[in-house]
Amino acid sequence: MDGASTPLHAKPDVEDSALANDFAVELRDVVKLYGEVAAVDHVTMFIRHNEFFSLLGPSGCGKTTSLRMIAGFERPTSGVIAIDNKLMGATPPFRRDVNTVFQSYALFPHMTVEQNVAFGLQMKGINKDETKRRTQEALELVRLPQLAGRYPKQMSGGQQQRVALARALVNRPKVLLLDEPLGALDLKLRKEMQIELKTLQHQVGITFIYVTHDQEEALTMSDRIAIMSRGKALQIGSPLEIYERPNCRFVADFIGETNFLDGKVIEVRGDFATLELPSGQTFVGRVSEGVRAGAHATLSVRPEKMQLLENASSTAANTYQVTVFSIAYVGSDTRVIINLGAQRIDVWEQNSSSTLNPDDYFFKPGENAWLTFKPENALVLAG
Amino acid sequence: MMNAIRERKRLQIFGLMFPGAFWLVVFFALPLLVIFVISFMARDELGSPVPPFSLDNYQQAFDSLYLNLFLFSLWISLLTTVVTLLISFPVALYIARSPKRWRNILIFLVMIPFWTNFLVRTYALQFLMRANGPINTLLQGLGVIQEPISMLSTPVAVLIGLVYGELPFMILPLYASLEKFDWAMFEAAQDLGADMRRAFLRVMLPMTMPGVLAGSILVFVPSVGSYITVELMGGGKINMIGRVIASQFGVASNWPFGSAISLLLMVVVTIAALVYFRVGRGERMAL
Amino acid sequence: MTNSTIVVMGDRAEYAPPAPERPNLRLGQLSLIAVTLFTFAFLYVPIIVLILFSFNSARTGAVWQGFTLSWYQRLLGNEALLTAAGRSLIIGIVSTAGSVVIGTLTALAMEREHFRAKAVWDGLLYMPVIIPEIVSGVSLLLFFAAGGIERGLLTLVVSHIAFSMPFVYLTVRARLADFDRSIEEAAQDLGADEAKTFWLITLPLLMPGIVSGALLAFTLSIDDFIISFFVTGKGWNTLPIYIWSQLKQGVTPEINAISAVLLLFSVSVIALSLLLQRRRN
Repeated sequence: MDGASTPLHAKPDVEDSALANDFAVELRDVVKLYGEVAAVDHVTMFIRHNEFFSLLGPSGCGKTTSLRMIAGFERPTSGVIAIDNKLMGATPPFRRDVNTVFQSYALFPHMTVEQNVAFGLQMKGINKDETKRRTQEALELVRLPQLAGRYPKQMSGGQQQRVALARALVNRPKVLLLDEPLGALDLKLRKEMQIELKTLQHQVGITFIYVTHDQEEALTMSDRIAIMSRGKALQIGSPLEIYERPNCRFVADFIGETNFLDGKVIEVRGDFATLELPSGQTFVGRVSEGVRAGAHATLSVRPEKMQLLENASSTAANTYQVTVFSIAYVGSDTRVIINLGAQRIDVWEQNSSSTLNPDDYFFKPGENAWLTFKPENALVLAG
Repeated sequence: MMNAIRERKRLQIFGLMFPGAFWLVVFFALPLLVIFVISFMARDELGSPVPPFSLDNYQQAFDSLYLNLFLFSLWISLLTTVVTLLISFPVALYIARSPKRWRNILIFLVMIPFWTNFLVRTYALQFLMRANGPINTLLQGLGVIQEPISMLSTPVAVLIGLVYGELPFMILPLYASLEKFDWAMFEAAQDLGADMRRAFLRVMLPMTMPGVLAGSILVFVPSVGSYITVELMGGGKINMIGRVIASQFGVASNWPFGSAISLLLMVVVTIAALVYFRVGRGERMAL
Repeated sequence: MTNSTIVVMGDRAEYAPPAPERPNLRLGQLSLIAVTLFTFAFLYVPIIVLILFSFNSARTGAVWQGFTLSWYQRLLGNEALLTAAGRSLIIGIVSTAGSVVIGTLTALAMEREHFRAKAVWDGLLYMPVIIPEIVSGVSLLLFFAAGGIERGLLTLVVSHIAFSMPFVYLTVRARLADFDRSIEEAAQDLGADEAKTFWLITLPLLMPGIVSGALLAFTLSIDDFIISFFVTGKGWNTLPIYIWSQLKQGVTPEINAISAVLLLFSVSVIALSLLLQRRRN
């Protein structure tokens, strides 16, 4: 894990970007200590203009603390934060050009929806007519103009959510910070809001920084994702990069499902490495950073990227005879657990044809089968 | 710059705390210090404290007469607390289990005596129980009795008066605890094989303990030092420690001795409170 | 209720226990009703009888001799009583204002700030709630006597603030403890500085706590007999002290009438506070 703890993709990002020095938000080597504990541990991130950027990780990984430091509710112990290329330092939240959608929404319970939305504009000293007009516009944007006179308590969770959005967006901030805004909604509403949020972001053209622990949510909505764990940003990249090329065991494990096979690297050749399991089998996969011949490493291969065959040539790469342990039908695919020696491996076979006969599936528990996958579908990860 | 911020913060805290701290120290702590000092003094002919300093007042307080009065006060207060608790728990339970509308009305009915002048309420009870009061008049009118029953001026009358006065102070915190009680837990206990009695003892009572403790302290403390109730219900024939203290500052006119007994009373009550905070693990009193 | 299946429990707020089915359960329910009825009768019969007899024309005894309002009329002409009532009202208002301000400030410091010896203050703020009234009363008496301070309006007001402030403090602090700090952060996020956040968000949201603290303080002040009895000066009767002195001289139906008026007053105070609470919700 140590080798993976530096944010590998952060530096290339800076160089790759067409506008190398123009970012919506920059975090450089930011540390936040609570007593002895580092909630945020040397995090560096560059968030581009108009980007939908997610901070994804399990609870306690430092994602909310990072967001609160950008908003100005917490001050970094060390490191710098810049918003729209201006250093923030000790700038209090009320002088920062960002707005937050809180996890609890934090609507003012003693004010109507309209008063809630107008609050930020009033604080800026914007005149009455414009405040009224922009409040109305913001409520139309979230499709709630008819509820302007209601109090937050009189609304459903989804409606409150939208008021919180309107209240933040009406100020036209440089960056909108969202702290698990959909966490309190039920699954169906959450899916609807995911699409709505994404559409809204395109419409208003504001940078969104989105904190979530829900990987599917992050993958669906984000342009880029930062995976965080124990205060560190482990990997920053597009959903595709994160899923297909995780840079460490934690990211591979956290995003989607995967099988890990631990062993020793016996050869690294070009883009591929060969790994030998303690039980003697060898596997070939794409090499990733930090993998050295002779060192321990982990082969990560996702369940949907393998096949089970009745017959295969034992001389082909990554092909071994295995025993079927259990079979579960889950609709879109059939999930098979197989034994390769003492190692259990999940294989998901897509149910591409429709049948009502459970016996139509080739394999039964206890039968033998051949497992195979292409080297480019597997990754050899350091450590 | 950090220093300036810290300095401003310090000033802000000082500004917020000063008035409250001032009031506590000057009108609460200092007066206690004054009676502490005076409790070691002697008195002149008018009852005012004069030197020399001695332990005489405390020796006198541990005379069998006063010691017995102390024990009697504690005993009556303990009885009051237990009786009040035994009455209040079913009442609070019934209110907590009532439908919402009905529950609000019942709680309102408990709150009226809670907010009503204690003196007036105790007087109302005394009026009812007098020799020539409505109960006796009614019973005589009905021919049940010939001579009026004397119901006042007994320890039981004082006990009834204290229970009457303190009941709302027990019901309300108990209700607050019981209202929060998740009834599904009671059923879960039964579902797992506990009968009613064990479900009550093992699940409900422990979970409502904060309310029980808060109510007990709210009843016990004023009972030990009670004056109005003893005076009205005891008819001058029953003496408790609160009445002894008052008389030292009135007819008996012995301020130093009154101070000594006051301090002893405070020590007793503080011990009771400390036990409460220890048992209740410092949970905030449910007022 | 005796089935052994593990049932998934419903939402607590909506959950009402099912109607009792077994006989011993019904018995339990019946005894609950019986105790409750008895308790309410015990609490209310003396009060109702007292109010009833405030309309009795008999001068002494408890024999009903006919309806009259004359005792109430007499109250209006009773100079000493009206003066005492007026004093109680003034002391109540002034001491409530004082304890609300002081109690709220203290609650803000205690709930939100960190400073040295905070635990000591925490304990000290509980003490006035726990110390018997009579001890507070005599200690204040000796304190004022030792300081050579003349007893009267001033000593009454400061003493009333001293015993009611901790109740305001506790009420407001409880409200502050439930306070969702992210609401204040939201205000700052939207451009309100610390002062604006306090006046526009924190204070309005604390109001229900402050109002119930104020009602408690006011009632405590108006009702207080023991402490006032010790800290008042000659000729400085408050209403409870006046009632006490009348009781000591023997019962007159006039006292019944005063008591009835005070009861009515308490009922309206509670009704008012409940009404305020309901409007907030």
